[in-house]
Amino acid sequence: MTSRQRPRVGDAPVTRALILGFAIAASALLIGGPLAVIFAEAFKPGVAAYLANLGQPDTLHAIGLTVATALLAVPINTAFGIAAAWSIAKFEFPGKSLLTALIELPFSVSPIVAGVAYLFVYGAQGWFGPWLQEHGIKVMFAYPAIVLASLFVTAPFVAREILPLMQAQGSQEEEAALTLGASGFRTLWSVTLPNVRWALLYGVMLTNARVMGEFGAVSVVSGNIRGVTNTLPLQIELLYQDYNSAGAFAAATVLAGIALLTIAAKIVVEKMDPDAARG
Amino acid sequence: MLRSPLPGFRLAIGCTLVYLAVIVLLPLAALVLQASGLGWERFFTVISGDRALAAFRVTALAALGATAVNGIVGLALAWALVRYEFPGKRLLDAAVDVPFALPTAVAGVALTALFARNGWYGSALEPLGITVAYAPLGIVVAMAFTSLPFVVRSVQPVLQDLTDDLEEAAETLGAGPARVFRSVVFPAIFPAYLAGLSLAFARSLGEFGAVIFIAGNQPFHTEIAALLVFIRLEEYDYQAAAAIATAMLAAAFAMLLITNAIQLWHLRYLRTDR
Repeated sequence: MTSRQRPRVGDAPVTRALILGFAIAASALLIGGPLAVIFAEAFKPGVAAYLANLGQPDTLHAIGLTVATALLAVPINTAFGIAAAWSIAKFEFPGKSLLTALIELPFSVSPIVAGVAYLFVYGAQGWFGPWLQEHGIKVMFAYPAIVLASLFVTAPFVAREILPLMQAQGSQEEEAALTLGASGFRTLWSVTLPNVRWALLYGVMLTNARVMGEFGAVSVVSGNIRGVTNTLPLQIELLYQDYNSAGAFAAATVLAGIALLTIAAKIVVEKMDPDAARG
Repeated sequence: MLRSPLPGFRLAIGCTLVYLAVIVLLPLAALVLQASGLGWERFFTVISGDRALAAFRVTALAALGATAVNGIVGLALAWALVRYEFPGKRLLDAAVDVPFALPTAVAGVALTALFARNGWYGSALEPLGITVAYAPLGIVVAMAFTSLPFVVRSVQPVLQDLTDDLEEAAETLGAGPARVFRSVVFPAIFPAYLAGLSLAFARSLGEFGAVIFIAGNQPFHTEIAALLVFIRLEEYDYQAAAAIATAMLAAAFAMLLITNAIQLWHLRYLRTDR
């Protein structure tokens, strides 16, 4: 960037104060307020009550189910993101831009639509429903459906974070590794992934935050069975509808904490590699 | 076709395509097929029913409102983050990502608590006669929250890459700041701005978690399309759910096409810039 002495458009003190003041005030109200109110409401009855709320069996079970979902969904979508980014960044083939658009498709589809769509594949009235029922395999309103819906919603995140970086870096280092006799997987593991490690870390953390927080798609496919198929976001809704506001907000602090950790990771990522992190 | 000397193309593209087919395309195909089982006439009757039309209208109008809010707040944020140096800049930049990382249900309960009659914002707005919670305005607020990052993150990189020479030239030719912004800066960021707005709008059309807590969910008044799908499911009216969901999917595809068209146009701008 060129350092220039002349003030640019918008650098006049009044304009600057107005725009900056508006931006800061708007984000404090729109972003800071909701974050603050979660913790304020959760701790309103005191720390002991907060801990007791978190320790409710149903809430603990919901936390367990949410973690179990993330343990399966996050590695699968990480592997998918790496495979997709490898094929798009390192090769030329027809239909590449179509494939890129297809990977981003889940971003545009409403989570409710995704949940309903899964119902018509694995539900009793869906394609595989009768067959699954005959063979005693429970997918819908159970753990498998929760994982599948989470996979749909978070499929694009890892590819989206590492793809631009892999495209910018080209293939020269990989070619050198191969010339030196490394295998394809060795090259991926020792050259490509270390080069994008910070973007990959942020992509994985964002996937994790979204898997743990997915609400719409999961609420369609989980069946909302208290203490059985309720993930943490569903448990928050349930407590909230039970007028147990303190319990709902106590559960919400767990997810808000994970969101804040994810954003902290992004700040670290940007410090480590200024080109790595993007929207 | 395979000009790269790197290995693993078949494996990587094979895994990618199979995964996308199973996880993304298969369910969407099942949904569309289910809806097409209704036949055109039935399909049209369902999605043009009074309650469905009202839900589409509420959703589209609220999404427009949220996009308008983002058009102002998002542009101001992008501008502040690129053009100004100030303490806490990194924190403000990080704050923009909160709506991406915070689960929608958590955002929903938090916004409802803020705007409820006895909440921090609600108690200040009530004397002014403004009701947000359990009113259409609440839907706008929830949608604006969840889609806030799109405009900022679309405009930010383009504004960052804007070189000074055009602005300088305009100033030298006697243009005032307002003129420079209108004739030089804004045209350059406009495609990215538009792409961000269309992403925000598309996201708002499908938003569910944040909205249902604050909306009040009264049919014809504050009921969004995604909720109507959910209600039809709970009534075991799978055909109606499939029809409304397919209409939403069609809207999402249309928005995706529009966004991609804008981005192609935008790429043309970037190429002439550099």
